[in-house]
Amino acid sequence: MAHTRDFEALVLPHLDAAYNLARWLVRDEHVADDMVQDACLRAYRYFDALRGDAAKPWLLGIVRNNCYAWLEEERMSARWVAHGADDALLAVVPVPPDSRGATPETELWHADRRQMVDAAIRALEPPYREVIVLRELEDLSYAEIAQIAAIPIGTVMSRLSRARAALRTALADLLGTE
Amino acid sequence: MNDEDADRAVGRLLREHATRHRAGDALQSAVRTEIALEAAGQRRQATPPADRRWRWPAWGLAAAGFACGVLASMLALQLQPPADGNRALEQELASSHVRALMVAHLTDVASSDQHTVKPWFQGKLDYSPPVKDLADDGYPLIGGRLDYVAGRPVAALVYRRHGHLINLFVWPADGQTAPTVHNHQGYQLVRWRNAGMQFWAVSDLNGEELQTLARLMP
Repeated sequence: MAHTRDFEALVLPHLDAAYNLARWLVRDEHVADDMVQDACLRAYRYFDALRGDAAKPWLLGIVRNNCYAWLEEERMSARWVAHGADDALLAVVPVPPDSRGATPETELWHADRRQMVDAAIRALEPPYREVIVLRELEDLSYAEIAQIAAIPIGTVMSRLSRARAALRTALADLLGTE
Repeated sequence: MNDEDADRAVGRLLREHATRHRAGDALQSAVRTEIALEAAGQRRQATPPADRRWRWPAWGLAAAGFACGVLASMLALQLQPPADGNRALEQELASSHVRALMVAHLTDVASSDQHTVKPWFQGKLDYSPPVKDLADDGYPLIGGRLDYVAGRPVAALVYRRHGHLINLFVWPADGQTAPTVHNHQGYQLVRWRNAGMQFWAVSDLNGEELQTLARLMP
């Protein structure tokens, strides 16, 4: 029972980060739910293996492995399509309530940017998408990202740099007006 | 603009505009339930059970269903008697909550109408529990059930709050106490006494929202 309490205190606070990563990787909300749920169960079973390491990269590493296994399965079964279910939702994702004067024009402006930025991230291949999401949205360190993606820190940096270059091109219009 | 500045600008753009997806209440509660079940199962069997992945949303928790319910109740029986009676009661109530969810025996009388649920208990209990639909406050009544807690038959009222289910156990007791939050195996319990009744609300809902329910009840 102490085991369960420790797990809930250490691991469950990272559920949002886990879900964000899964959702960006598999691009479907229900699949992302499955990935995170399964990852949590695995994490719970192997909780003893978490010795002194930080729980966040550890959980995210399990989530990532699940997502890659799923992506691979999808690719093999040829059900894989170039765009995930999220792309269809792109146009209908509601804009979060924003403090910055919510006039219809600014709402539209934010919705517009969100769509473009999201689409640019989605267009990246998974290895580049994941480093961008972990670095820019989850604010993780190079070392943590290296642990999650099981790659050397140098590779994290080179992937980030390539991903940013691709985003700079894709979002050139927005960057010009920032 | 050099590359470094440009990269910083990209970072700003992403942090400001990209969607950060959040785990929903339903996922949170599914994970907690799954972990509680796993904890119950692990104590039964030395080896972890075969990998089973269940589809979400699985109201058909029934899949794991009856066996898990049995495991959960066995767990309740197996545990060492805790030092104080309250812990034992918390354990019993949490197990009862999990069992009700798992065995798909949540309600004996499924109705959101308090005038249907309240009379249903007549003749089944030697007291009449207060029943109140709180749908207007965001806690719709789902139904009622006869349960057996602390060696006596008690009324269990079932409410819903967003994706979470709440079991509210009610039986007679003297005195008056303000709601207090307890935590047992990842479940929140809020207890209070009022109007000649003892109330225990059990859920995976956060303690604050569970206390709100307490304030809405008599």
